[in-house]
Amino acid sequence: MSTYFTKEHEWVRVTGTEGVVGITDYAQHALGDVVFVELPEVGKLLTKGGEAAVVESVKAASEVFSPVSGEVLTINATVVDQPALINDSPEDGAWFFSVRLTNPAELDGLMDRAAYDAFVKSLE
Amino acid sequence: MSGDIGASRGMFLEEPLIFEQDTPGRCGVDLPEPEPFDDRLGGARRQGAIGLPDLSEPAVVRHYTRLSQKNFGIDTVFYPLGSCTMKHNPRLGEKMARLPGLSDIHPFQPESTVQGALELIDLTAHWLKTLTGMPAIVMSPAAGAHGEFCGLMTIRTALEDRGERRTRVLVPESAHGTNPASAAACGFAVDAIPATAEGRVDLAALKAKLGLDVAAVMLTNPNTCGLFERDILEIAEAIHAVGGYFYCDGANYNAIVGRVRIVDLGIDVMHINLHKTFSTPHGGGGPGAGPTVLSAALAPFAPLPAVVHDDKGFRLIEHAAGSGAKPCGRIKGYHGQFGVFVRALSYMMSMGADGLRQASSDAVLNANYLLAELSDELSPSFAGPCMHEALFDDRFLKDSGVTTLDFAKALIDEGFHPMTMYFPLVVHGALLMEPTETEGKNTLDQFIAVVRDLARRAKAGESEAFKAAPVHTPRRRLDETAAARTPILRWRPVEA
Repeated sequence: MSTYFTKEHEWVRVTGTEGVVGITDYAQHALGDVVFVELPEVGKLLTKGGEAAVVESVKAASEVFSPVSGEVLTINATVVDQPALINDSPEDGAWFFSVRLTNPAELDGLMDRAAYDAFVKSLE
Repeated sequence: MSGDIGASRGMFLEEPLIFEQDTPGRCGVDLPEPEPFDDRLGGARRQGAIGLPDLSEPAVVRHYTRLSQKNFGIDTVFYPLGSCTMKHNPRLGEKMARLPGLSDIHPFQPESTVQGALELIDLTAHWLKTLTGMPAIVMSPAAGAHGEFCGLMTIRTALEDRGERRTRVLVPESAHGTNPASAAACGFAVDAIPATAEGRVDLAALKAKLGLDVAAVMLTNPNTCGLFERDILEIAEAIHAVGGYFYCDGANYNAIVGRVRIVDLGIDVMHINLHKTFSTPHGGGGPGAGPTVLSAALAPFAPLPAVVHDDKGFRLIEHAAGSGAKPCGRIKGYHGQFGVFVRALSYMMSMGADGLRQASSDAVLNANYLLAELSDELSPSFAGPCMHEALFDDRFLKDSGVTTLDFAKALIDEGFHPMTMYFPLVVHGALLMEPTETEGKNTLDQFIAVVRDLARRAKAGESEAFKAAPVHTPRRRLDETAAARTPILRWRPVEA
């Protein structure tokens, strides 16, 4: 199992050909208190970089882009009912959805934890 | 925070809901109990209580008067909200809109009985076409976003008439949120154009995204960073070269009225927010009007109705007329936001062409005065000069523990309505100020002094005071998160 990150502050945790997707701690911090989440439908085909979900905070509504291409397998209904979870546990309990990867080679273009941390540092 | 400018603070009491002031048995009018009588309701007579509070007449009058005193708006204070042109609404416009011949008419009246009203629509259209230099106009859109919908549907119909089904619309990332929403509502995919470090559209990136599948470019000029898009002629040329159309969002038209003709910018279609640029009291969702000017190429595809003038007088065209007309349909019941037309025409005619030109100049001058006087204490996002609004970001608050939100709340205690916060999204913690032409130098100087003082206090480490603001309002800092997550949308009686 390994976790990859995008420049748009999404993460994907990959086990075999399945990935679990969420947003990073940096993203939840930048958004502020999240008040609404819209997740994709199970079965939807996502393309890497395409819009996958929407998060709304008291400041703004933002799109969440899929870090990988694939088919949505499950969604995390808990974050829809309790959007606050995204602020409390962004990189763990508040995962958004899982996908079956259709092109695992795409992972090569993503960052690992160390590279992402360095990227975030460069933004400050 | 101290401060002694602005609204009165004594006797500013918490106002309970009118239902909470219920005093059983109290009544505004003392009527005798009716004699028993036979009704004709056939047993459908109400059995339970009606559920309205029992109150005396003075209690009701005081409740609504006190609520009205809590209004915070352009008629009481400086209201520097960016991106929505909150200008003075002349009382003349209100007087005109209340003339019985204009207010007591009905859309279903025979045309012969409302010739004056139809002439007013036609004359308003004539002024707007003259100011923009555009040959055609649709008067029916009910607001800005509706004008966008109107324009994009017209574009779609024009493309379909050419036998083309184009799928993409290019929208700058600093655009108003309604732009991508309107494009999506009209069935287009939205493709974002990045901004340059100077806050303008990246022309090279735009050109790279152009292709035969692009239906339109949507651009706001001046843009939401308060900057004039200098490359607009080249943008127009580029989109036309691939056969697409050029949409302009007219939300910021107040900056250029009487100085720039829209037709000279190569624009095919632009909506005009009459309520912003030509003064109608608005906010909280209305009322608005979004007449949309069109190029000759798009005119045949405009939605109906339209007012025409011929030897029989003024008439409404409700159905496609002539061989060339292929209207995209109808987008609104009746003929448009007539009450807003009355105010807009009143504004335009009383100002005159020279007055309108003066107003846009003053609006830009005022914004630049704010930008110049605040630049050393705050952090301007882009180099000036600006157009109608001045944009700052939160770099000046770095490490102070004060956020843009705290800063805005503190401004309330000083008697000013906060500027627009956190928009546009292209800068961090945005503070967007649009003074319009309404304000004189004395008001601007008061505002500048207060903002500079607040900025100094924030940097001096008074973050606790900012976190506590506002302290002089009937309610202190509202919990926006709880309001969004668990809203209470109606009052319910306490269960006994």
